[in-house]
Amino acid sequence: MSKSEVHKYRVSTEDLQQIFKALSSKDYQNIGPIQRDGAIMLEKIQSFDQLAAGFHEDLDKGVYRLSQKNDGSLFQYTVGPQSFKKYLYPPRRKLWAATKTGNGFNVEEGDQPPAKMAFWGIRSCEIRAIEILDRIFLRGEFSNKWYEKARQDLFIVAAGCTKPSGNCFCTSTQTGPAPKGGFDLSVVEVIDKKNYFILEIGSEKGQKLVNKIKLQPASPAEIQNADKLLAASEKKMSKRFDPEEAAKILMENPDHIHWNEVAKRCLSCANCTLVCPTCFCSSTEDITEITGDHTERWLRWDSCFNGDFSYIHGGQIRPTTKSRYRQWLTHKMSGWYDQFDSSGCVGCGRCITWCPVGIDLTEELLAMKS
Amino acid sequence: MFTAQNISPELTVEESSSDIWIPSPYVVADKHVENDDLVTFVYEPASEDILDPMQPGQFNMLYAFGIGEIPISVSSLISDHPRITHTIQNVGAVSKACCNMRVGDQIGLRGPFGTPWPVEDAKFKDVIIMAGGVGFAPLRPVVEFIEEYRDDYGEVNFLFGTRDPHSILFHQDVISLQSDPSVNFQITVDHSFSNWRGNVGVVTTLVEKAEFDPENTVAFVCGPEIMMRYGAYSLIDAGVDEENIFISMERNMKCAIGHCGHCQYGPLFVCKDGPVFLYPAIKNYLNIREL
Repeated sequence: MSKSEVHKYRVSTEDLQQIFKALSSKDYQNIGPIQRDGAIMLEKIQSFDQLAAGFHEDLDKGVYRLSQKNDGSLFQYTVGPQSFKKYLYPPRRKLWAATKTGNGFNVEEGDQPPAKMAFWGIRSCEIRAIEILDRIFLRGEFSNKWYEKARQDLFIVAAGCTKPSGNCFCTSTQTGPAPKGGFDLSVVEVIDKKNYFILEIGSEKGQKLVNKIKLQPASPAEIQNADKLLAASEKKMSKRFDPEEAAKILMENPDHIHWNEVAKRCLSCANCTLVCPTCFCSSTEDITEITGDHTERWLRWDSCFNGDFSYIHGGQIRPTTKSRYRQWLTHKMSGWYDQFDSSGCVGCGRCITWCPVGIDLTEELLAMKS
Repeated sequence: MFTAQNISPELTVEESSSDIWIPSPYVVADKHVENDDLVTFVYEPASEDILDPMQPGQFNMLYAFGIGEIPISVSSLISDHPRITHTIQNVGAVSKACCNMRVGDQIGLRGPFGTPWPVEDAKFKDVIIMAGGVGFAPLRPVVEFIEEYRDDYGEVNFLFGTRDPHSILFHQDVISLQSDPSVNFQITVDHSFSNWRGNVGVVTTLVEKAEFDPENTVAFVCGPEIMMRYGAYSLIDAGVDEENIFISMERNMKCAIGHCGHCQYGPLFVCKDGPVFLYPAIKNYLNIREL
């Protein structure tokens, strides 16, 4: 769709409910933000009412606070600890199983990809993160079949991000806050006496879905309100760094003295890699019944911060926190360009929020620069 | 040596899935114990699910039932396809389970993966093969290839360094290489015994015994990382162009297809960008500790 053809609609919460139902009736499993354990979590939901309403987040380095207002808002939080990655690339899945037969064994199928999924409220940064995962799992010589299937059947309802936190830096990574493509439907939530949303249709699939729903074209003033919110959102982000410059600095400084400084604070806990929407490392696990006759192979998320991640006979390649942090940051911000022709960072800030000691990678990059 | 007899394990893969994670069933057709901790196996397909032919330097993922998977280089290509030869060092849980297998036992294979030694491009040039210890195994198909097309190569040197006389891998190969006039075979040990009459010292000391025209020489190097680093230095000192030096790396691998992240080496994946690298592509990384 060219710019001039983009139609925007003013939709109500009830209209979104219609869209939700339309997706359900087309056999999509809706997945969206709900409140659980004091955080915004991404869960499978059966009814629109389950969506977290009125929740706001207060994020800082190593800080996550959730509060609730009576404003009926749906997308006024920033980003919770989870990313939608877990539905395209699950934390654990059974690759296959096998049963012993005399000298040999029979292989049986493992977990099958999920039915059609619809992601609700996904932010621009995370749409870009999914595109990065596509490069890893779909564009190489070998394709991840599970991911491929889940991805093909995906429906994306994006939410323009009007509430960036102090940890966000998508303006630096040029991945937000306004969703630019990669979605089927996108909304910007406007908080008013009666909240409304400016809806944009991003694909034929999206168009088809809303065909039967009566949509009211948005007025220029309403569109302007939404645009203003996104423009203000951009201005709120104060963190700045130049990704291409960072890539160069990191690749040229594997022995920079600052790595020792970070290592003094880093706990090598792997939180940053688990909350990251693009970290893709995995390990395999073999689980065998006590009889020894039946075994299962599982794929599970792994982290370059884990001790046995780099183990080869004789010991670990990276036994120190210094070498692990260096590996993580240099890979994400620099090596990623060589491997996948893009940065591995989308500026969502989760690694800063969920670092127990509040390490801020943008600050570390600045320190490396000086 | 043992020979396979009555290989007919019951095998059915439930679905002819194209899933790269599912191994192809092979059985041990032949087993040869090389020394204390190294065993050479010849595997043959147990079904119609056959891996593509391998090239020297490539590797497979070997799966032992219920234990796990490990990457192992092909150690001979003399056995006709679809037979596959691997030499395994008993150093961990999976390699131990593999080494303990007997003729007729089933193994799972995925592959072939990785970059090969560029043996074709080395034709009409002098060749230096430099191996350290078990590094002989990934280089053995190179030796076989060159011997088969011997007239297409110039001087051929094989410089082999090993821990001590007892650890000499592929003993029969070593004996025949020593009596082969078409190959300049040199061997050295780190630690000698009283009955050892050969060279003592690191493998780089053998470079001066090699015969080659430095400007027209290709070198294939495989062994412990430190040996490969100094091996490359010694070859460059002797005038070999670094653009003609190839090195085979080793890292932890779970997937072998660039998806699991374990084998990263700087911006490279050892599984798909390697294991055989052109020396200049990795020389800066070889000097960085804990990369």
